[in-house]
Amino acid sequence: MTTEVGSETEVKKEPEKAEEQPAEPERSAINQTDEVKVVEAAEQSNESPALATDSAEAKENQEAQPADNATGPEGEEPPASPPASEKKGISRFLPPWLKRQKSQSVVGPKESQVTPKEEGGVVLVNGEGEKAEQAKAEQTSSTTTAEPQVEEEQVNGEAEPEQKEEVNSEEHAENHSTGSAETQPAKEEKASEKSQEKSAAEEEKKETEEGGEKKDQEESLKPEGGRYFIKSPLKLTKKVKMVMCHVIMLDGSQFPCEVEKRAKGQYLFFKVCEALNLLEKDYFGLSYKNADQMCWLDPTKEIKRQICNPSWQLAFNVKFYPPDPSQLTEDITRYLLCLQLRQDIVSGRLPCSFVTHSLLGSYSLQAELGDHDPDEQRLDYISDFQFAPSQTKEMEEKVVELHKTHRGMTPAQADTQFLENAKKLSMYGVDLHHAKDSEGVDIMLGVCANGLLIYKDRLRINRFAWPKILKISYKRSNFYIKIRPGETEQFESTVGFKLPNHRSAKRVWKVCVENHTFFRLMTQEAPTKAKFLTLGSKFRYSGRTQAQTRQASTLIDRPAPYFERTSSKRISRSLDGAPVINMIEAQDSAPTSVGNGREPGLELSSDSSKVEEEPSERAAATPTEGTEMKRDEPDSSQQSGKLRVQGENIYVRHSNLMLEDLDKTQEDVLKHQASTSELKRSFMEATPEPRPSQWEKRLTASPATSLRQQAQGRSPPPTTQEPLSDLTVDTVSKSSDDKQKSDETTLQAAEVEIEETVVVEKIRVAPKGSVTITTPEVVVTPVAVETEVEKPEEEVIEEVIEEVKEEQKRPVSVSSDSHSESEEEAGEYHPQVTVSTSVEQIKEEPEEEEKEEVDNHEEPEQVSEPEPLPEVEVETMPSPAVVEETPMAEPETALVVDAPAEEERTEDILVTPEEAPNGHAEDQPGLVAVEEEEEEEEPRVNGDASHAETERIPQVICCSEPPVVKTEMVTISDTFAAQKTEIATKEVPIVHTETKTITYEAAQLDGSGDGEPGILMTAQTITSESLCTTTTTHITKTLKGGLSETRIEKRIVITGDSDIDHDQALAQAIKEAKEQHPDMSVTRVVVHKETELAEEGED
Amino acid sequence: MASVLPYGRFTHAVVRGIPETFGKVEDEKNNKVENGETTMDLAKAQRQFGVLTGALRQKVGLQLIEIPADPELPESWRIEDVAVIQGDTALITRPFKQQRRSETEAVRRVMSELNLTVVEMGAEEGGSAGATLEGSDVLFTGREFFVGISSHTNYRGAEVLADTFRDFAVSTVPVCGGARLKNICSMGGPDTIIISNSDGAKKTLRMMEQLTDHHYEVLTVPEGAAANCVYVRGPSKVDYLLHPPTEECPESFPAFQKLTDYTLLPTACSEASKLGGSLTSFCLLINRKTYY
Repeated sequence: MTTEVGSETEVKKEPEKAEEQPAEPERSAINQTDEVKVVEAAEQSNESPALATDSAEAKENQEAQPADNATGPEGEEPPASPPASEKKGISRFLPPWLKRQKSQSVVGPKESQVTPKEEGGVVLVNGEGEKAEQAKAEQTSSTTTAEPQVEEEQVNGEAEPEQKEEVNSEEHAENHSTGSAETQPAKEEKASEKSQEKSAAEEEKKETEEGGEKKDQEESLKPEGGRYFIKSPLKLTKKVKMVMCHVIMLDGSQFPCEVEKRAKGQYLFFKVCEALNLLEKDYFGLSYKNADQMCWLDPTKEIKRQICNPSWQLAFNVKFYPPDPSQLTEDITRYLLCLQLRQDIVSGRLPCSFVTHSLLGSYSLQAELGDHDPDEQRLDYISDFQFAPSQTKEMEEKVVELHKTHRGMTPAQADTQFLENAKKLSMYGVDLHHAKDSEGVDIMLGVCANGLLIYKDRLRINRFAWPKILKISYKRSNFYIKIRPGETEQFESTVGFKLPNHRSAKRVWKVCVENHTFFRLMTQEAPTKAKFLTLGSKFRYSGRTQAQTRQASTLIDRPAPYFERTSSKRISRSLDGAPVINMIEAQDSAPTSVGNGREPGLELSSDSSKVEEEPSERAAATPTEGTEMKRDEPDSSQQSGKLRVQGENIYVRHSNLMLEDLDKTQEDVLKHQASTSELKRSFMEATPEPRPSQWEKRLTASPATSLRQQAQGRSPPPTTQEPLSDLTVDTVSKSSDDKQKSDETTLQAAEVEIEETVVVEKIRVAPKGSVTITTPEVVVTPVAVETEVEKPEEEVIEEVIEEVKEEQKRPVSVSSDSHSESEEEAGEYHPQVTVSTSVEQIKEEPEEEEKEEVDNHEEPEQVSEPEPLPEVEVETMPSPAVVEETPMAEPETALVVDAPAEEERTEDILVTPEEAPNGHAEDQPGLVAVEEEEEEEEPRVNGDASHAETERIPQVICCSEPPVVKTEMVTISDTFAAQKTEIATKEVPIVHTETKTITYEAAQLDGSGDGEPGILMTAQTITSESLCTTTTTHITKTLKGGLSETRIEKRIVITGDSDIDHDQALAQAIKEAKEQHPDMSVTRVVVHKETELAEEGED
Repeated sequence: MASVLPYGRFTHAVVRGIPETFGKVEDEKNNKVENGETTMDLAKAQRQFGVLTGALRQKVGLQLIEIPADPELPESWRIEDVAVIQGDTALITRPFKQQRRSETEAVRRVMSELNLTVVEMGAEEGGSAGATLEGSDVLFTGREFFVGISSHTNYRGAEVLADTFRDFAVSTVPVCGGARLKNICSMGGPDTIIISNSDGAKKTLRMMEQLTDHHYEVLTVPEGAAANCVYVRGPSKVDYLLHPPTEECPESFPAFQKLTDYTLLPTACSEASKLGGSLTSFCLLINRKTYY
């Protein structure tokens, strides 16, 4: 562990581990069998050495990263890490595990619940016993230093674990999330002894298994955690900058919340929901004002990238007004909806007649004050309440009169009656936007659950129900809807509206996309590339749909949470109305009310969030450690890693990030992916992901794994093989890496894929982000959509290979986030398509549920799709990504590209599609592995499904290697060959790249002599594809002497039209990479220009 | 919404007698176009009015309030035009014809006596804003308003209506196939719209269907005159439909018979139809029973 930690560069983790190790044993025992197993394995392998190594590592880390520690984030992390280490101490390996586990499983649940406020421990407890324990241990151990970070991470749920994982991963070089934890142990072992490697592998397997379980459980959480993790790692290396957010709650209270500057919207949102004890959170959102324009905080994007105002002022609001509030499960949800509607009414957004104002006001009184008291209640008490924008004495009298008739009605009943009346209002849930029609006449666009309403003044002059709308798009300040031809019409017509400006046009477009998806679709539409053939933003709604949230709500099983109702007086008036007890602001109380209850809810709700989080996780991964971050960003189309810049926007279709440290990131990503699809997650949970991890571990140990790995695709670089004898087999193919880390890696990879698939754009970005760290977050991807179209025209693939060598802790962050912004320019959205997608999505769900089945399917698919394998094997994060990407655009090429990037890792990854088939064959022998993979894949699948369900279906996830080899070849190949050619349809993107993480735990940590040779702790390849760009990141962690070196190779394939300024895109990619990994230095940049230029020289 | 009830729950009906000057004002147009005969049968019109009011009071069981006829206001019998009532709010309209605007005085008085909240349209618009609205262009379905933009009703008038009844969606539709919206369609039940079979009416219906968030049953009748009926769900929970008799609309009767469990009340208004009037023109239906 210590070595690993040290290698990982994350000082925090190391300390934590050291601390955790002691504590961990307990935790592990408490937590779950898996952990225990891991611990045992770790112990068996080399407890003492590990401890020694830990201490050494810690020292090293401290030395190497003192600065980091000094910096806020890092400093914080280290404390956190120690606890983990302590826990792990029992099982040296455990620390990583714990960390990972925590991050994975615990994080998710915890994130929502505990993370925000308390240390990870509490959160973890909520989410998962293990995690909680771990978190607690960590917290306790390093409370002082790491608490903030820990908290954040915990909040994220997975974030902390991820970080830890990342650390581990760095050491192990395992890419995948689950693997990461395992990898850490492995690394430790390596450091301590080669012999231990086996044990480490086993441990890893166990870890992976556990991780898988955790993943399943935390899938939802993972995304969040991932984000956090990603962020945290960065922070660690850098300094974690905390920003104070002020969220105005629906009751008018202020909710101060400190978040990392890089935190994503989802993190904050979950914290708020947690404070509210709200489970049915999908109807809500956070809004902020930019330039007097209300915008919804994109949960998948960093907050700081959205809010221009230096002071983060947000408001918690209802985003989707349920057409039938009576179908809401919990009273608290209805209560919040009531509060929102009262705001809407008082502000005039929801116009009402006099009678309705009075009636609704009377229900509000009944809910807050209870029965009318003729003795004490006088008319003046009511004047403290505001029922209407302008209320008269007459109205107040009417309110009192009506209030008297509600005698005996409980607050919940009064709320229900309130909603039953309010929902009938014609403007209920209608989001109005100023616009002009084609003739320049001022109109209002009203977006609602049923479609788009056109108002002129107060008159409804037209209405376009969602089924009538074929496409929604915007260009500049124009907003267009393509209308399905009517019965008597032959041609579809397009209606255009002029918005005040570009931003408002995009805002309307996004709102339409979200509302359509939420209300009209069964599952969120994957922002698949296929659709992207048209120009436009890739933005898609990533949260749960109403159907999904309803389904999830049915699972809510907790006693009705207690919450206090705040007097409506506060809204506008003084507390004169004192008689009303309610007057007292219960804001605080409400949030506090139930912590435990949240967990279940969180999981449910978190799913969506998790998805969102995934990107963040990815991002986090990048920052993770600094040793050496090799970022290979293969061509997105070709392979992950590469960033394709199309046209104006840089789109990162798939970013495969190979980061040793990134391993964590990958894991995170995977986790995120998993989380992305809640359903999947749930299903996943059902399935024992941990098992797969175990299997993986076993596999890794066993030769079979190697075979599997081979089958999967690319053989990991020789280096990776070396560390693990089993892995050596891997050398042939990625499988070796996979074996070692396979489980984890596979899981991670799967997660990554999921992320991509789930949030088409986002996912893609996310992978990148993970690689790069936060920035890359999928956000970029949205842009890709438009660009994708362009891509076909001219694709210039620029491969930027950046080798960042950092000593220890430096996190390498590659920010691909910028890409996301490009989206803004234009966006198209095909509701119909979505419908189809919805169907697909539905299918996906089943898939998720039946991951095994999926796997089976996948195998066949894999045959068809060789690419996936390559991904897996390839260091290969890229390869998997590539696989996905390739279908989309140019999978093959991308893979190739990757190889160059990582010398150690080898380009072996190149595993072309062919390899994949092999993998399948191999896979067959190890059904178990397949299962594991499946589990791992599931998340992916889910994510994929969400993104491109249809595609995924066709796609086969190749799982090779039974238990032994962790190699997880989850390749989701797009069935649509056509799509593959250029831009894989959105669905295509679904194809999951296989992340290949080659983790070599060499003694290098100790052996300073070996410059490169050092001990290869982990090698991860993360490939993320966006329509325009594919980013492959290879993260290699090596231990040299006491220093851990993390090399990140990023391959960014930018595919774009001639119009695109490739140089600029490249510059941006490098810039982002630097931003993401501030601690790391860029040692080499290789630019390959395909099409135009073969390659450009390296540095 | 407090005021939302299924369409048809009425307790009161306000009517206004047939003046001696019945048909005099519009002789030029209607006689030429409609009948070619210039003479109106005042007695027959009054008889038919009596049958209608009798049916509303005795058959349906509504409280009937009859405003005396005013010879100075030859069109005052078309009381539907001068007010739009929903819930306990009555919007006094601003008819297109200047000479009809004085018809509102008596109606306003009655509305006040019924404790309805009276909203003046002319006042809001200053009278000169150009807002015109006539009740025969307004179709209230119980869930929303459709306002037909016709020669007598303009967008400004519709806006005033929308501002008055804020709880409801107010959609504007073109009036095709008839002079007034109510000439081509009317309510035949809580969720049933009776509409004429003409192409124009179909066009209007399509627009209505596009604009609405709700689903309505559509009862298509072959004859235009049959599209205007009076539906009331009486106090005894019986569905009553006043419709043109078979003499006037022989082909539409089978369509009405599709309305199961309805009590069909054939009511002649042949004289009024000569002036572009119809069954709904004669009455303002009000629900004064508190529903909350």
